[in-house]
Formats: sequence, C-alpha cells, structure tokens
Amino acid sequence: MTVESTAARKPRRSGAKRSTSARSTKKQSAEPELVQLLTPEGERVEHPDYAIDPTPDELRGLYRDMVLTRRFDAEATTLQRQGELGLWASLLGQEAAQIGSGRALHDDDYVFPTYREHGVAWCRGVDPTNLLGMFRGVNHGGWDPNSNNFHLYTIVIGSQTLHATGYAMGVAKDGADSAVLAYFGDGASSQGDVAESFTFSAVYNAPVVFFCQNNQWAISEPTEKQTRVPLYQRAQGYGFPGVRVDGNDVLACLAVTKAALERARTGQGPMLVEAFTYRMGAHTTSDDPTRYRSSEERELWETKDPILRLRTLLTNEKLADDAFFDALEQESDALAKRVREAVRSMPDPDDMALFEHTYADGHALVDEERAQFAAYQASFETAEEGI
Amino acid sequence: MAAEKMSLSKAINASLRTALDNDPKVLIMGEDVGKLGGVFRVTDGLQKDFGEDRVIDTPLAESGIVGTAIGLALRGYRPVVEIQFDGFVFPAYDQIVTQLAKMHARSLGKVKMPVVIRIPYGGGIGAVEHHSESPEALFAHVAGLKVISPSNASDAYWMLQQAIGSDDPVIYFEPKRRYHDKGEVDTSAIPGPLHAARVVRPGADLTLAAYGPMVKVALDAAAAAAEEGKSLEVVDLRSMSPIDFDTVQQSVERTGRLVVVHEAPVFLGTGSEIAARITERCFYHLQAPVLRVGGYHAPYPPSRLEDEYLPDLDRVLDAVDRALAY
Repeated sequence: MTVESTAARKPRRSGAKRSTSARSTKKQSAEPELVQLLTPEGERVEHPDYAIDPTPDELRGLYRDMVLTRRFDAEATTLQRQGELGLWASLLGQEAAQIGSGRALHDDDYVFPTYREHGVAWCRGVDPTNLLGMFRGVNHGGWDPNSNNFHLYTIVIGSQTLHATGYAMGVAKDGADSAVLAYFGDGASSQGDVAESFTFSAVYNAPVVFFCQNNQWAISEPTEKQTRVPLYQRAQGYGFPGVRVDGNDVLACLAVTKAALERARTGQGPMLVEAFTYRMGAHTTSDDPTRYRSSEERELWETKDPILRLRTLLTNEKLADDAFFDALEQESDALAKRVREAVRSMPDPDDMALFEHTYADGHALVDEERAQFAAYQASFETAEEGI
Repeated sequence: MAAEKMSLSKAINASLRTALDNDPKVLIMGEDVGKLGGVFRVTDGLQKDFGEDRVIDTPLAESGIVGTAIGLALRGYRPVVEIQFDGFVFPAYDQIVTQLAKMHARSLGKVKMPVVIRIPYGGGIGAVEHHSESPEALFAHVAGLKVISPSNASDAYWMLQQAIGSDDPVIYFEPKRRYHDKGEVDTSAIPGPLHAARVVRPGADLTLAAYGPMVKVALDAAAAAAEEGKSLEVVDLRSMSPIDFDTVQQSVERTGRLVVVHEAPVFLGTGSEIAARITERCFYHLQAPVLRVGGYHAPYPPSRLEDEYLPDLDRVLDAVDRALAY
C-alpha cells in the first residue's frame, strides 16, 4: 500500500508556503492526506498546518536518537537469538514515529507505551537495559514509571489507552498544564478499550494525545482486517481531530505531535495522530512474516527508510560530516556492548521474589504460602546437610 | 458523632461522604452515581455536595470506568468506582484482572492501586437476568485483589472506610437485598482489622460460616435450630480474600462441624476453598465432612425460580441436619 500526499510534495524552496494548491488538490487524492515534511529522498517540504524549523543541532540529535535506537533494537534481537532474551519485539522501521513523537514531549508530560516503544523510552531517558528485564524474564517491567513519566509496558492490546485517559483526567483535575501521550497500534484500534478511551477523553476533554503507529500489520493481519476507513478518521466520530502523518518522517511526527500535545495542554482536548509506518521486522522474535506477507512489500518500504532520509538531508545540506557519522557509529557500538554486558550479567531474581509486591498492604494467604515455600526450600538444605 | 441507626445503604453513603470529606483525592465514579444518586440511591446527594468533578457520572462503559480509574490512581487519586450490578462487571473484568490486580507487582512495588470497586450483588430482589449474581469467587481467585462483603450497616460503613484507605485494589460487594436493613453505626468507633472474620453468634454443636446477604439467613437458621435444642455458632467471614481461616478454625475446633453458606454456586466457590483448608487444619477435630450450601451449577434463574436457587433457612437447616447426623 502506498500513500503519498499531493499536498505534501511541495519543495521547500519553491516559495509556495501555505499555497492554495495544497488545500485544493488534497480532495482529489485517492489516498488520505499524509503530513510530510521530509520526503523519502531527503528533501524538506512544507505543510500548510505543520511548520517546523529545527536547528542543525536538533536535526543531528534526532538522527542520533534514531541510529542509537535502531542499534539497541538490533542488539536486543541478537541477544534473543543467542538465548539471552526469551523474546524481543523489534521496532525496526518505526524509529521516526517513536523518536519524532517522543521528542515532542515536555518533561512533565506522561507516556503510556505499548511493549514496542523502545525509541520513546530512549527519549524519556529510561535506560535501555531496563527495558530488557521483562524480555529476559527477570521481571514484568520493574522500572519506576514516575522517574521518567514513562509508564510500564502494557502487553494486553489497547488497555493502556484507558489508563492514559484516566491519567489525563487527573491532570485536568489538578489544573496542571501537561499532557499525556498514549501509544497504540492498528491492531489495537479494534479493541473496545481504545474506543472507550476515545469516548471518555472526548467527554471529559482530557489532555491526551492518541498516537497510533499504523505499522500495517497486527502479527499476520493487515490493517484491512481492522478497519474500512483510514484510522485517523475514527477521531471525527468522537468529536476530536485526527491526522495522518508520514510515520517514517521524523520531522512530521515531531511537528504534528508537538502541535497535538500543545493543543491538549491548552485545554483543547484529545487528538488522534496516525503515524503511517511499517513494521520492517517480525511481530516479535517468535513470528515468521514470510508466511503472510511478500518481500516486495518490505522492499518498497525500505525505500522510505526513516533514518536514511534524514542522513541524506544532513549530508546534502552539509549539516553533518564524516566525523559526526563516525563518532555516532562508535557510540552505537559502545551502546550495544553496554547492553550486551548488562543483559548477560543480569541476575535471576531471588526465589522468594515470586511472593513480593503481590499486595501493597500484605495478605494473609501470601504470607502463609511464602512461609510454606520457604520451609519447603529449606527442607532441601537440611537434607543436604544431613548427607 | 455518636452511634446512629441507619440502613446499610445509608451507611455506605455516609462512609463515602466521610471519605470525600477527609481526602480530596477520593473520587466517586460510575454510571448514574451523580444526579440520580445511583440506581439504588447509595450515592444520593454526594454530587450535589462535592461537585461533578469528584462525583463523576461516567459514560456507560464498565471497562472504561475501571481503566480510567487505574489512570487516575496512577496520577495519585483514590477512585471509588461503582459497577451498577454484579452481572455488568464483566466488561471490566479484563481491566480488573490483567491491569488493576497486577500493576503493583508489575512495577515491583513502585506503583500502588488504591481503587475500590463497589458492586451490588446477590439475588432475592425479583430482578431480570444479570442483576442477581454473586461473582465474588471470580475475583477472590485473582492474586492482587482483595474481596470483601459487609453483612450489616456498621460493617458497611467501616469496611468501606478501610477499603478506601487501603493501597491495594478492593472489590467491595454490597448485599443489595440488605440495603434497607437497619443497624447501629458508630462513626467514632475504632474498627477491627478489615479482613478478620467475626463470630456473630456463639454455639457449641456446629459452625455456620457465611458472608454478605447470607449472614442473616445463617442467624435465622441458628435461631430456628436453637428451638430444636441445637447450638449453632455463626461466623460472619466478611472477607473472601484474604479469608480469615484462623477464626473459622478456632470455631470448628470447638464445634467439630462446619457448614459454609453463600449465594454463589457451590462448585469451586468460596465454600470449596474453606472446606479444603479447614479439612487440612482441623482434620482430627472434624466429626463430619464440611458441607456447602449455595447456588447450583446453572445460570441464575428467572426471578420466579430464584427462591429455589437461593439458599434459605430450610436448605441451611437441611445441611445442618446432615452434618449433625454423622
């Protein structure tokens, strides 16, 4: 499936800012409009509604974020293949959607991720090694959501959109001027919880932005199995705006999410952003996409790679030199090495940990079973001593 | 405020009012809880006094109610959620079981979930389908949840106070057919432990354990048995997770016999667990197998049949007779 916006194809230097043609041509397009600010060829374009003028430093920063995220992700996949992780859900191909939206956040905004938002976690300052505990099987999450305003990964599809909405209702009650960013995917769009989160957020005008990464595939099911209309159009039925953005364009994702978050912070309610992207890898390391999709499709999306297009821009505009790219490669390797070492040295939890944190205020049955288990474990030690 | 006689539903209302007064983070959420005051009027007048921002009429979506309550709890609020009827909780079951119950453990203790879910439950009111069920075992089975049910006005007040004060999610089952039963409530008293069972009638020959709406049935049965010269001890369990096995054990060690009564189906119900645990703990004290009286393995029947389905005085006494006959 290809989606190209006629409106977004205007070269930056044409001087056609806010041209009338941008608005008049979009209605004739067979495919929905797609906000794009950086073409797959690495060319800056303008959009009438979403302007952004990043500094060279910011552009290099976005590039660095995406490269490091991809390197971390690749390392995690390798670690799974080597048996160090039980599972990994790769974000390959979705770096722009995650870094663009993640860098749109303010420190006091709050994020509710799925289980694939490794790039957003990176933007929030969550140490990448912290993400790996659950995939190694030493915990079910375990980072402190409040230290980085980044909630725990949620595995059941779509549940977190309601948590995000409730959190945003609380933000509004507190009179705070922050916003909440809820991630979900094209598969989750079919979940009742997502529909209910749209209803609740609209009714209470909650400061939440719904960021849907439409990566075209819910394991083996294409988006056509989830919806008959473009997903961003769902918002209209709930009474808030929706927009489709080129999910492989980090600048467009940044600009649109920034605008949506600012809208939420200033009391204008929820908004839906559909980042149109592609899951380049398998659903998880347990999945085999060759059973349900063609390599031609993947090859087509390779031409839209989110990192390559920004590299082209940086190179063409002479915003980064070889020294920058070389240094980043070294930094990537160092990150991968650190992650590898951290995973390999990650200790298994103590046996007794299986009883911990079941309740905050304690529970008689847990106490009883903990004592039974401890006595059972101790019986082996006694037996060994006896020998 | 000294002791005052009030109905069980008024006691819940008073308890919610106290909680709203004491802690600005307490919120009431649910369908029709605001202007209407709830379909049973349990939240009557609260929105008028505390405003729409704290007593919140929600969209008609149970998963949404519990899911947003989780988000509010993450933000530092203490939501008290009403599910309108027992049989309507299942759209929220996923959020309760997969999210609410597990969030504290998932975060290795960094996140707390002080959410109370109030559910009017049980039959005997001549209602249509889905309005008379007793799903407490489905929640008690889930680690991370606490499950309680008051049987009288005083417990209704105090157990709700304690549930709202708890940092764990608590499912608070309200015996809807006892809403109008009156009792003394001393709002200045110091309550006992939330999850402790209570001997509400001492006896020597057999222990009847019940909770919620069945405590009255058990007490009536004990009174009737007394006329026949049988001395029954009645234990109000009050909490289905955790269950206070110690109190039941102590009672059974005195009486040697135990009958557990609940409206919920007997099969894999609360009574099954109590029977197993008490058999383990009191094997040499038991003079009869632990018997259970409860609902059948059938959908809750149309109301014209509910008197056949629900345990009543005669069915309890029948079980008592069988236990005493061993």
